[in-house]
Amino acid sequence: MALNIASSPHMSKPLRTSTVMQRVLLCALPGLAVQIAFFGWGTLFQVLLAMLTALISESAIMKLRARPVASALSDNSALLTALLIGVAVPPLAPWWLTVIGTAFAIIIVKQLYGGLGNNLFNPAMAAYVVLLIAFPVQMTSWVAPISIAEHSPQLLESLRIILAGTQISVADTFQQGIDGFTMATPLDTLRTDLSQGHVISDILQKSAFNGVVGAGWFWVNLAYLFGGLLMLKMRLIRWHISAGVLGALSICAAIGWMWEPATHVSPLMHLFSGATMLGAFFIATDPVTAATSNKGRVIFGAIIGLLVYLIRSYGGYPDAFAFAVLLANLTAPLLDYYIKPRTYGHGRASS
Amino acid sequence: MSQYREIAVQGLWKNNPGLVQLLGLCPLLAVTATVTNAIGLGVATMAVLIGSNVLVSLIRDYVPKEIRIAVFVMIIAALVTVVQLAINAYAYGLYLSLGIFLPLIVTNCVIIGRAEAFASRNNVAKAAFDGFMMGLGFTLVLLVLGAMREILGQGTLFDGADQLLGAWAAGLRIELWHTDTSFLLAMLPPGAFLGMGLLIALKNVIDKKLESKQQQTQAAPVVERARITKVN
Repeated sequence: MALNIASSPHMSKPLRTSTVMQRVLLCALPGLAVQIAFFGWGTLFQVLLAMLTALISESAIMKLRARPVASALSDNSALLTALLIGVAVPPLAPWWLTVIGTAFAIIIVKQLYGGLGNNLFNPAMAAYVVLLIAFPVQMTSWVAPISIAEHSPQLLESLRIILAGTQISVADTFQQGIDGFTMATPLDTLRTDLSQGHVISDILQKSAFNGVVGAGWFWVNLAYLFGGLLMLKMRLIRWHISAGVLGALSICAAIGWMWEPATHVSPLMHLFSGATMLGAFFIATDPVTAATSNKGRVIFGAIIGLLVYLIRSYGGYPDAFAFAVLLANLTAPLLDYYIKPRTYGHGRASS
Repeated sequence: MSQYREIAVQGLWKNNPGLVQLLGLCPLLAVTATVTNAIGLGVATMAVLIGSNVLVSLIRDYVPKEIRIAVFVMIIAALVTVVQLAINAYAYGLYLSLGIFLPLIVTNCVIIGRAEAFASRNNVAKAAFDGFMMGLGFTLVLLVLGAMREILGQGTLFDGADQLLGAWAAGLRIELWHTDTSFLLAMLPPGAFLGMGLLIALKNVIDKKLESKQQQTQAAPVVERARITKVN
């Protein structure tokens, strides 16, 4: 971070893209750290692997397009995409999963549309959906939080599992009698158990939950919330989208919960599970693929919140943020078309 | 002879039904998960295309203009039924794996398009050749797309070729690498769309390269002169 000591007049100058991206990356660090603390070193390796892949594919495609490589690499946007993919894939996923996802995000979703600023969809989320659809088994075997797992892989062991590139190593561990370190995420458990006819109060007694919300996930979400508030304070993002997402999600969840508490989880569970905070502050706020007017941003966020609630409650997939963000990305041009800010001096009858 | 050459170039490259006219995308995208399916559907389409072109060309002088489309559709439907029954009889495995897309050849716009645009205005020999070339162009696109998706999806080539060609063809199956988990994306419809888009992009790149090369060779002797009015 640049810490320039400037003399008066203290006029603010617009931030460069690279600086914005750099600061967003820094704001995501607390969340990343907590995630590593709860789910092991795997996440760190996935992030590093994704960043490496992103830089390589970005420079390769810039070379193909005969554009300056250095300027594209130095805007840090590929690194941010890579970070989002790295924290989104399961920590012990085989290496090729992350590589395929990141390469897809950078090459197909971002660069084929014309590079930074021209992409229609959020690259990281498009890559996540591709991976989820193409490799459902690998993408849904998340590791158990260290706090409740009987055995968690150490630094080198997790590296070995990732580089082994197969699911077999994990299956072997199961057979050896050591309690496996993969499990369904809390949201996944919830959905499966609900479909089997259990009620919420029983499900929450399971070891995957700490009574109210998913074990480990609560702190991860809290850390991303902290990072998000930090971004708000630093004016890297505006509040509209995040408020729209969290507001719509809480309202929908509250209605469902009050209506039928046995089969609908509390708003608290929705807000502090899965990718909620990461999604609301770091993913949905991507300026390229979101609506551009303030009112449009609130609606854009609300669409995401509503879709997340609907897909989580009634959909077939464990978490919904990637799908919700992509669907909302589709609405952004329409929102921009219909919601235009009033130009000063025009409109609004003077009475 | 140059007319036939032109027909061939049109069918295989310049006016390729798969890459340029973008006709018949539904079967193109749906059945190209493996090379075997792609070849099966491609050959079936080609057979229908040649047959319909020949028949339409034969009757072109006797059909009143007002009802020609209905007549063409009847001819195509009859031919598709013939091909469908033939595949059902001689390649039952392929019949099952192509499923609904075999009878759906009747809706493939390439066939009625060629009947209307070419066969109803040309003699039998040319129409038959056009049908063959268009069908070949379509089959080649299917083949490339099928190979791409099969290699990416399950790491094999010619999987299940024995369904199409008989028991001996089981030896054609090539396993490029072994995967525990197939790359589902390539096998599913989104993979077909992505692959198709990449193929079209590749064709455009090649076209552009050829064009710029041609321009370079042509542009050299022309002397640049300032003109006020446009000449051509």
